[in-house]
Amino acid sequence: MRRLRERAIETVLFLAAASSVLVTIGIVGILVVESIPFFEHVTFKEFLTDTQWTPLFENAHYGILPLLSGTLLSTVIALSVAIPLGTVAAAFLSEYVRPSWREFLKPMLELLAAVPTVVYGYFALLFVTPLLQKIIPSLSGFNVLSAGIVIGVMIVPYVSSLSEDAMRSVPNHLREASFAVGASRMQTAFRVVIPAAFSGITSAYVLGISRALGETMVVAIAAGMQPNLTINPTEPAATITAFIVQVSLGDLPHGSIGYQSIYVAGLSLLVLTLCFNIVGLWLRKKFQEKE
Amino acid sequence: MQQLNLRAEVKNLIFSYGDKKVLNGITLPIYENRVTALIGPSGCGKTTLLRCFNRMHDLYANAQYHGEILLYPDQRNILGKEIDPMEVRMRIGMVFQKPNPFPKSIYDNVAYGLTVRGVKKKSFIEEQVEKSLQQASLWNEVKDRLHSSATALSGGQQQRLCIARALATEPEILLLDEPTSALDPISTRHIEELIQELRKDVTIAIVTHSLHQAARVSDFTAFMYLGDLIEFGASDQIFTNPKDQRTENYITGRFG
Repeated sequence: MRRLRERAIETVLFLAAASSVLVTIGIVGILVVESIPFFEHVTFKEFLTDTQWTPLFENAHYGILPLLSGTLLSTVIALSVAIPLGTVAAAFLSEYVRPSWREFLKPMLELLAAVPTVVYGYFALLFVTPLLQKIIPSLSGFNVLSAGIVIGVMIVPYVSSLSEDAMRSVPNHLREASFAVGASRMQTAFRVVIPAAFSGITSAYVLGISRALGETMVVAIAAGMQPNLTINPTEPAATITAFIVQVSLGDLPHGSIGYQSIYVAGLSLLVLTLCFNIVGLWLRKKFQEKE
Repeated sequence: MQQLNLRAEVKNLIFSYGDKKVLNGITLPIYENRVTALIGPSGCGKTTLLRCFNRMHDLYANAQYHGEILLYPDQRNILGKEIDPMEVRMRIGMVFQKPNPFPKSIYDNVAYGLTVRGVKKKSFIEEQVEKSLQQASLWNEVKDRLHSSATALSGGQQQRLCIARALATEPEILLLDEPTSALDPISTRHIEELIQELRKDVTIAIVTHSLHQAARVSDFTAFMYLGDLIEFGASDQIFTNPKDQRTENYITGRFG
């Protein structure tokens, strides 16, 4: 009887663990299967080299580059906000703040992650963009810059929260060793704690990158949904996710090649995220070896 | 024996953590180029006293000092409120109970104290790294792999590296907090020999649980018990002819 119960519990646990794997396999499977009809019409070469993405037009082009550039551009901008800000915030929380204050400040920061992304989207469009236009008059009403900055602010809590956990798990004796030779708090934080915590901090960055790559609402609202092969952040652009939203809203007839293209777009995004995750994993391993 | 010069003087030092008094008025001389051992049963406050010398307690909240530790020759009270603990730590080095090298290269570990002081001159840093590693008798073992990770070294080597790290900035006093308690007997002997050598260059204060170690390496010994200094004297005298009954009980193993 007891053994039977053990077996039952084991099975339940296995199913719970397996479900996430199964869902992932399912998603990948559907993306691949649904992408096949697309590639029967559009060659792989065209998909990778065509500089236009216009599935909605009469003369349709299916080049992923404009969406890719929009995605990468908004991600790069977001990360150049989130990584410095998140790392410094984490160092502050972990190395400077008294524990009683930390218990208060950390949840406050994490609250940033609780704001609905649609709110961030309108924040970018109606607050950040007009503000930036005062500095850059040529900035168009929809642009990647303000979308990227706002995504950056949005993912600060992801980066800082995980980085702070990593920094706090650095053993205290390393801090004492640093202080004992006359280092300041800042030197200890930046020369000892952050390097020692770097494998954990890398995980925080990878999560931040994944969030930035996959972010949809902010770019859909504030960046203009215009596939545009550019690296100029003051212009409008579309990201892979924004395009998927656009099509899902029903601009294209079901079953058409244009409609199928959202699966290809989704697959591309998955591959992109996977690449960054692999790089992150590799970096983490490298830093762990060093320790 | 040569003439004795004071290097530091603890005067009526009372230390407390919040409401808890840990040291009840310690007065103790530290002589230049001598090894002073602090011994006593666990909880007697010997490590606490050692950590007063470089203001380590300032890293944690609620630490309160009363009294003085005068650093000679300038006779400044390093516990003074106006003194920046960082400045004290620039003059007084410390080696901890557990070897704690940074997860950096051997070279960077030893150079760390210099780089945080803003020393830029590479040739000077290189010289100091070599000199300190030699002083810590580690040079021959690591000279061919200065840029490999310090964490790959054995425990005994790591502890000697920590000593080199502390020596690189030429401290006036070197504090050793049970430096061999995490090491095997051979590494322990190595470190003890090293302490004997180092005495020529630097004043040493060592906390140890091993009475044999204190007898072997120290010139002076202070026996502490429950936050009080019971007896201070030349190590020969303390270990052969203690004046206080409690000291005798401790060194003969009757308590502690």
